[in-house]
Amino acid sequence: MKNTTRNILAAAAAATSLFLAPGAIADPIKSIHFLIPGGPGGGWDGTARGTGEALNKAGLVDSVSFENMSGGGGGKAIAHLIETAEKAGSTLMVNSTPIVIRSLQKVFPQSFRDLTPVAGTIGDYAAIVVHKDSDLADFGALISKYKADAKSVAIGGGSVAGGMDHLVAAMVMQAAGANPTEVKYIPYDAGGKAMAGLLSGEINALSTGFGEAIELAKQGEVRILCVTSAERVDAAPDAPTCTEEGASVEFVNWRGFFAAPGISDAKKAEYVAALEKMYDTPEWETVRARNGWVNIFNADDDFITFLENQEEVLGKLMKELGFL
Amino acid sequence: MLEGILMGLTTAVSPINLAMVVAGCMVGTFIGMLPGLGPISAIALMIPITYGLEPSTGLILMAGVYYGAIFGGSTSSILINAPGVAGTVATAFDGYPMAKKGQAGKALAIAAYSSFSGGTIATLLLLVAAPSLAAVSLSFHSTDYFALMVLGLTAVAAFAGKGNVVKAILMTVLGLMISTIGTDQTQGIQRFTMGITDLIDGISFLLLAMAAFALSEALLVVLRPKSDKARAKELEAQSNLGSMKLSKAEIKEMIPVIGRSSLLGFFVGVLPGAGATIASFLAYGMEQRIAGEKGKEFGTGSIRGLTAPETANNAACSGSFVPLLTLGIPGSGTTAIMLGALISYGIQPGPRLYLDNPTVFWSVIISMYIGNVVLLILNLPLIPYIAKILSIPSNILTPLILFFSLIGVYFVSFNTFDIHLMVIFAVAAVGLRLLDFPLAPMLLGFILGGMMEENLRRALLINDDSWSFIIERPLTLSILLIAAATLVLPAILSKASVWFLNRVEKNKANES
Repeated sequence: MKNTTRNILAAAAAATSLFLAPGAIADPIKSIHFLIPGGPGGGWDGTARGTGEALNKAGLVDSVSFENMSGGGGGKAIAHLIETAEKAGSTLMVNSTPIVIRSLQKVFPQSFRDLTPVAGTIGDYAAIVVHKDSDLADFGALISKYKADAKSVAIGGGSVAGGMDHLVAAMVMQAAGANPTEVKYIPYDAGGKAMAGLLSGEINALSTGFGEAIELAKQGEVRILCVTSAERVDAAPDAPTCTEEGASVEFVNWRGFFAAPGISDAKKAEYVAALEKMYDTPEWETVRARNGWVNIFNADDDFITFLENQEEVLGKLMKELGFL
Repeated sequence: MLEGILMGLTTAVSPINLAMVVAGCMVGTFIGMLPGLGPISAIALMIPITYGLEPSTGLILMAGVYYGAIFGGSTSSILINAPGVAGTVATAFDGYPMAKKGQAGKALAIAAYSSFSGGTIATLLLLVAAPSLAAVSLSFHSTDYFALMVLGLTAVAAFAGKGNVVKAILMTVLGLMISTIGTDQTQGIQRFTMGITDLIDGISFLLLAMAAFALSEALLVVLRPKSDKARAKELEAQSNLGSMKLSKAEIKEMIPVIGRSSLLGFFVGVLPGAGATIASFLAYGMEQRIAGEKGKEFGTGSIRGLTAPETANNAACSGSFVPLLTLGIPGSGTTAIMLGALISYGIQPGPRLYLDNPTVFWSVIISMYIGNVVLLILNLPLIPYIAKILSIPSNILTPLILFFSLIGVYFVSFNTFDIHLMVIFAVAAVGLRLLDFPLAPMLLGFILGGMMEENLRRALLINDDSWSFIIERPLTLSILLIAAATLVLPAILSKASVWFLNRVEKNKANES
């Protein structure tokens, strides 16, 4: 649905620019400097470098450069971008859902409001997963077991207590009419280890990224009880959405880009346009397919509304759970 | 299965793939030799290059780089006391003292043979049992990991041999304390960060290891200028620097150590929550304890002390491919990057990989073995030259060590705060060393402490704060009992043997 709208928009944009300036679609952006708040090899790093590569190869940006700046759970890079805002007109910082959570937790004093949100570009839904041999036949069984005795359902995840995976589990329970504060959440330091925990049988269910669960689900090692998407995902048509299962909830773990505070609207529009055009290029498709990313485009004002909404929902939940 | 293995073999020995193994091993060895840069950086650098290649070729290249980097890491551990990778920290314990005694070539050769043998045995195990080992890697619960870390901690005893028991324990506690700095892994609460943003992510193991070993060593060289006599003695020792000769007795000593350490290393590697570092510490501790009299040489340049961790860390690296290939679960940072690379080729590791994609599965395993052979062939002739690095006058070598150590740590985080922190730790380490405090127990406490705490708290959460799991889970109980036995038994045995000998002598006296 979103895809079609975007195609039409892109086609319209292309047509207009053709009409205005025959021969050249638009001048490419001279340069983008990607600021990565973590070390090489992580998720942020891959997103920034992949996006930069696609933009550059597709001729949308003449030159791209990358800078890793880890520290403070991402706070160091945010502070740096704000401090150097005047000179950082061509800098885009990559970030994701944790920027909302960590600023609510006051890990760093700033929030997305102190930056210029440009666009969310890719995302992943969350999923509730159980072992293939689990006695929980479906989502309904999980909920009734949880409602009978919440302590008997250990739900693991790849983030700390109060982190994203915990919040998703609580959110789903709340939407299903159960008490979210009773979730017996078992934290692991990475998604892979949490999955190992589920397969070893020490936890009953797992709150994880859909993308991390899909292959093991295809191979029959785990079962996806529900996905936090609005509609069933093409990659797993058998996995029901949480809403279908009676827990009316949607959640997207997004990744996207932020510019320095105070950049001009024209500059911002330029970035948005470049990112939007990128989706239809074969160069982006190569990068996207290589990483198994899902296109979820959310730009400019829509992105800000989305962030505000996510902040409100998560903030309220975190207060209820006692994390704020 | 045999068919799959043959197919894998044909793929792995095609000219282009062989060339890739050689290239990967060379690049990996070079990167691994630079202090601070390990397999993660090496593989991350390789990923863009592998995009245009066939899946198996790309993976073979990366496996070569992986092995090379681990191999290279032991070189900097041995020569300049600067472990490039966490897994080679234990290599420095005895490797560096050997190099200091003028046996650098021998130490490097022992490391090469041990790595090769560890890799060989582990690859054979992988070939025979990879698919069925998946179950093993899932048999460990958090409670068992906790017990395993406790067992690992008993390796501290290896450093307490010289009448320094109290000091070794104090340093272990210091390591445990440092491991609590940063955001805690369970509740997400910030501990001991003192409001400093840069401490939120905690202190990196590599930073601590480089400060404690490489930097403090280099600073001590500056602080304690050598007397002419010592200098002359050193020059004499260096004349033999490149020699790789091992006596028959020494080889005999190595063989059983290699056998035990590769088995131990492989099985620890198979566990997604442990890895090469734990494997090397466990092997080191185990060998020290069963070495008897020879155990006292550990830490001063013992052949067993070098062989054990070097064998175990390579075996563990092969072992970590079991959960990666059979379940798609990365057990370490490096295998996480490998997983990303596999997925980028459209290959999803999992229980069906060796059925659906046998060529990839087996060619990766076989090329890992070829990588092992290539590394040995490449490196043995180079050892005499590499060892000569130590004959560089210290007024040139020391600044170089300082430079590469600082740069190496900076390249991991790209954060200047880490450099400041490293210098502070290095100065503190110099003070501690002058007061004769051993630093290895601190590193042991640091690396095990974090994992021990995390697993214990997770176990308690799952069991509703009840400690009964210690008795209820047989695996946990047995590991803890082994840990207790390793601490208590040596003392009892030595008392018993003294008593026994006394009796025998008395009997003799009575007889005569």
